[in-house]
Amino acid sequence: MRLSIWLAAVTAFAQVPYDRIVNAQKEPGNWLTYSGNYSGHRFSPLSQITPANVSGLRVKWAHQFESGRTETSPIVVDGVMYITAPNSASALDARTGRQLWKWSRPIPKDYQSIGFGRVNRGPAILDNQLFVATLDCYLVALDLKSGAERWSARVEDYKPGYSMTLAPLAIKGKVLVGVSGGEAGIRGFVDAYDAVTGKRSWRFWTVPAPGEPGYQTWPQEGKLKDSWKTGGGSTWVTGSYDPDSNLVYWGIGNPGPDWNADSRPGDNLYTCSLVALDGDTGALKWHFQFTPHDTHDWDSTHVPVLFEAEVRGVKRKLVAVANRNAFFYVLDRTSGEFITGRAYAKQTWAKGLDDRGRPMVIPNTEPSAEGTIAYPNLNGATVWFSPSYSPLTNLFYVSVRELGSIYYKREAEYKPGTFFAGGGEADIPKSEKSGAIRALEVATGKMRWEFPLHTASWSGVLSTGGGLVFSGSDEGNFFALDALSGKPMWDFQTGGAIASNPISFNVDGKQYVCIAADRVLYVFGL
Amino acid sequence: MSKWLLTALLAMSAFAQDIAQGKKIFESQCALCHGQTGTGGRGPSLHRPKLTHAPDDEALAKVISDGIEPEMPGAWQLHPREVASVGAYVKSLGAIPPEVLPGDPGRGERIYQNKGCTGCHMIAGKGEGFGPELTDIGSRRNGAHLRETILHPAAELPEGFLYVAIVTQSGSTIRGIRVNEDSFNIQIKDARGQFHSLAKSELRELRRLSNETPMPAYGGSLSNAELDDLVAYLASLKGKS
Repeated sequence: MRLSIWLAAVTAFAQVPYDRIVNAQKEPGNWLTYSGNYSGHRFSPLSQITPANVSGLRVKWAHQFESGRTETSPIVVDGVMYITAPNSASALDARTGRQLWKWSRPIPKDYQSIGFGRVNRGPAILDNQLFVATLDCYLVALDLKSGAERWSARVEDYKPGYSMTLAPLAIKGKVLVGVSGGEAGIRGFVDAYDAVTGKRSWRFWTVPAPGEPGYQTWPQEGKLKDSWKTGGGSTWVTGSYDPDSNLVYWGIGNPGPDWNADSRPGDNLYTCSLVALDGDTGALKWHFQFTPHDTHDWDSTHVPVLFEAEVRGVKRKLVAVANRNAFFYVLDRTSGEFITGRAYAKQTWAKGLDDRGRPMVIPNTEPSAEGTIAYPNLNGATVWFSPSYSPLTNLFYVSVRELGSIYYKREAEYKPGTFFAGGGEADIPKSEKSGAIRALEVATGKMRWEFPLHTASWSGVLSTGGGLVFSGSDEGNFFALDALSGKPMWDFQTGGAIASNPISFNVDGKQYVCIAADRVLYVFGL
Repeated sequence: MSKWLLTALLAMSAFAQDIAQGKKIFESQCALCHGQTGTGGRGPSLHRPKLTHAPDDEALAKVISDGIEPEMPGAWQLHPREVASVGAYVKSLGAIPPEVLPGDPGRGERIYQNKGCTGCHMIAGKGEGFGPELTDIGSRRNGAHLRETILHPAAELPEGFLYVAIVTQSGSTIRGIRVNEDSFNIQIKDARGQFHSLAKSELRELRRLSNETPMPAYGGSLSNAELDDLVAYLASLKGKS
C-alpha cells in the first residue's frame, strides 16, 4: 500500500522529454501537446468509448474557472491535468478535479485586448516545465511540481497592442509562441525561446522589412512606404511541427488595417499565409498565401494538419488547412506546392482557385463605404478552434460557420494602442445563419457527411479511436457523432456556450473526454 | 464678415458635416437595432433628449464604441472621429420633437383591457405572459409601427420570434411560440402558456411557420378612433418608472 502511494507520487509529476511528445501515439492515455500530437490531428487513439456505449457517458467531475468564456485546451500527463485561464495556470488531479497548485500573474491595469477577448487557449509542457503565454505578452515557465515560476521572458510590449492568447508549442529545447494584435497595427512574428534559460533563440517577422524577400509585396515609395511597419500578420493560433524535417508550420493573420486596404496595395506577404520555418533558426523554408491582399479579416491562423497520402500514385508528405476564407487546401509540406483546394462552405468572393491555388477574386467584393455583402463573415467559415483528422477514417472534421456579413470600409489612422481596422461588419438582415460539423476527405476536401448545427459554433473537434467525433455548440450542447456517418450518438447540455477544444485521456485505465463550456470544465466518462 | 461670425459659420458647417457622416454610419451599422431613423426596434428609440446610458458626450462615445453588455455590441472598429460623428447624429435625434399621435391614451387603455389584449400580453406586471411584454413598447416602437402591428401582426414579426407546429411520434400536434432551440432540442410555449420540451430526433414533423403569429388582426374589430386611442396608449408606455 505504502509502495503504491509512493509510486503514485513519483508518477504524478513525471517529466515530459521531447521524445515523449514526438511519440505521443505510444501513450494515448496522455495529451501531451495542444493538438494531442505535433501533426495537429486532435485525434485520440483511445477506443473504450464507442458508438455502442457512448450513450452511457456521464459527468465525472467539473472545475469552475473564475470568469467565463474559457477556451483552454488542457494538457494531461500521468494523472495530472494542466489548464490555463488569462494570466493563470493550474494543475488538477485528473481523477477528481481537485486543484494541486495554481499560478497567476496580475494583468496590468493599462492592458487592453484590442479586437479579441481576454482568453487563454492552453499550456505547453516540456521536461519539467509548463509554459504559459500571457495577455501582457510574457512567456512564463513554471515548475511542474509546484507551479513556481522558473523564468519569464518579455516577448513584446503590450502597450501598442501586442498580446498572447495561444498555447505555446514546445519542440526540441525550444518553446514557440505567436502574438495577437492584428487589429492594432502590430508587425507580427513567431518567436522561439530556449526552454531552459528563457532566452530568445530566433524571431521570424511575418511582414518583411525593406531588403527582405517579400517586401516587394508592400508599398515601397512615397507616403505609403512605411505601411509594412503596421502591416499586421498576427500569429495567434498554435502551429504544427514535423520532427523528421524539423519544420514548424504556422498560420499568419490578416494584414493591417483590416478592411481599408488603401495604404497597402500589393499581396502583403506573409499575411494570410502558411509558413514553414526551420525549428533551429526560424528561417523561412517556404510560404503559401491563401488570401493575397485580404480585405475581410480572414486570418489564416488555423492549426495545420499534417498527413501523408498518395497524389497521382506517389506517396507525399502533405498539410491540410480549412481556411477562414471558406476554401480547403492541401499542400505539399516539404515545398509548399499547391496540390488541391475547394470551397467547403458558402463563399461569394472568389470564382474558385487557379492552378497554383490563388483565389480568382470576384470584382467589387471588398468592403465599401455603403457596405458590401460577402460570405463568409469576418470570423470566417471556420476560425481558431481546431479541426480534427482521424487516420482511421482518413477524414478531416471541421466545425463550419455558414453566415455572411455586410462589410464596411472606414477611416484608418494608426495610433499605437488603438484600433487600426479601417471598417467593420454588420449582420445581413433576415439572412439564414447556421453551422455544421463536416467530414471532408483529407486528400481532396470532398464532403463525406455533415451534421447540421442550429447556429454557427465556436467549438473545436476531437476524433477518437473509438470511432466518434466530439464537438460543441454555441447553445451549450457537447455531443458525439459517429465518425463514419455523422449520426448523432449522444449529447449533453453544459449550460454555457462552448468556445473551446475537446481532448481525451485516461485515468486509471479508463477513457475520459473533456471540454470547457463558458466558465466550467467538464470531464466525462462511462 | 466679422472674424467671430466666420469662425461660428465654419464650426456650424463642420458640425453639419459630422452629423451627415454620423447619419451615414448610423444607417449602415446602428439602424438594424435602432431603426433606420432611430425610432427604435430591437433597441430603444433614440428620439429622446436624455439617454439612460449616455448622459453626456463622453458617455455617449463610450456606449457607441464599447456597447452595453450584453444586449448592444460596440462599434469598436470605428475611428474616434467616426464615433464622435455618430454621437453628433444621435444627439440630433434627441432634438426631434416627440411624435404627436391623434388618439387618447386613457381611452386606449380601456380598449386594451376590453379587447382581451391582457390575455396574452403583460404591462407593468399585469396580464398574461404568452406574448411579448409591452411595458416599454412605446420607447421601442413608434406610432406607425404599432398601428401596422395591430392591423397586420404577421407583416413584421419581432426578431427571433417564431411560431411552430410540431407533430409528435404519437401523432398529436402542438402549436406554439418557440422559446428556445438548439441542435438537438426545442422548447415551445402553447396558447395556454404551457412549456413543451421536445427532442428533435423524436418528432415526426417540425414546421417553422415563419409568416404566422397567434395574434389576431384587429382591423375588423376596431373603429379608426379606437385604433388611434389604442396606438396612443401603447406609444405612451415608456417602461418601468
